[in-house]
Amino acid sequence: MFRRNGSQCVATFAIDEVRVLRKVAGEVVGLLTDGMDHGDPVVSRLFPDIYPDRPDDSAEFRLYTEGELKTGKIDQAGAILAALPDEGEGEVRLDGEAAEAWLRAINDARLAMGTRLDIRADTDLSEELETAVVRDPGSSRVFQLSVYAYLGYLQESLLNALPEIE
Amino acid sequence: MGGMALPQVAPVETPEIQEAPEDDRPWVTIVWDDPVNLMSYVTWVFQKLFGYSKEKAEALMLDVHTKGKAVVSIGARERMEMDANQLHGYGLWATVDRS
Repeated sequence: MFRRNGSQCVATFAIDEVRVLRKVAGEVVGLLTDGMDHGDPVVSRLFPDIYPDRPDDSAEFRLYTEGELKTGKIDQAGAILAALPDEGEGEVRLDGEAAEAWLRAINDARLAMGTRLDIRADTDLSEELETAVVRDPGSSRVFQLSVYAYLGYLQESLLNALPEIE
Repeated sequence: MGGMALPQVAPVETPEIQEAPEDDRPWVTIVWDDPVNLMSYVTWVFQKLFGYSKEKAEALMLDVHTKGKAVVSIGARERMEMDANQLHGYGLWATVDRS
């Protein structure tokens, strides 16, 4: 989890955390680069229609803006990959700009996972995790839910470690 | 509380040639509630992007959370499209509409 150190946000990650972060950031990049499927609910969530009742206007706006939006999202996921230790455990130090990229990228990853996991307003995450563990502790759902919860804590810790916006 | 777009209101005057009446309501950017974004993150985005004070950003975030949506900026259509697009960059669910 992140803490403040001078003007930087600093975290020490165990080897498993580094692997998980590498994996989720890589998955976001993959989702955005492998010919995005707009029928995919994750893509619709990351690139919402700007005019929900006017599909033509939305499509036209998308035509001019989506490329840049997508590049921004790939870059921010890349900021996670760039700051992580190459192998093994290690420390990550983020300046203001990198911290912002991490926050945005963690958020994209949480949106993607939250959509796949069908997280709703009334979802109790620990209850959901318990149910999944009882069903099959080795299931992919248990892993995904744990990672989703972990990313939430990590994002919150990074927000808390940021200097106050004046 | 800098950075808030001012409403674009047509000046009050009587033009000599009256054109077809146009809808002069300003446009708005709306942020919708979603079950994933952290409340603290949404507050931070409003501060960062619009320059709103922490109090105003928190109040807006709570509006989004409790009422399901909130108007976060008001102004010309192009400006609102830009705001919504930037909000999408942060992963917030934003749309543009007439006020």
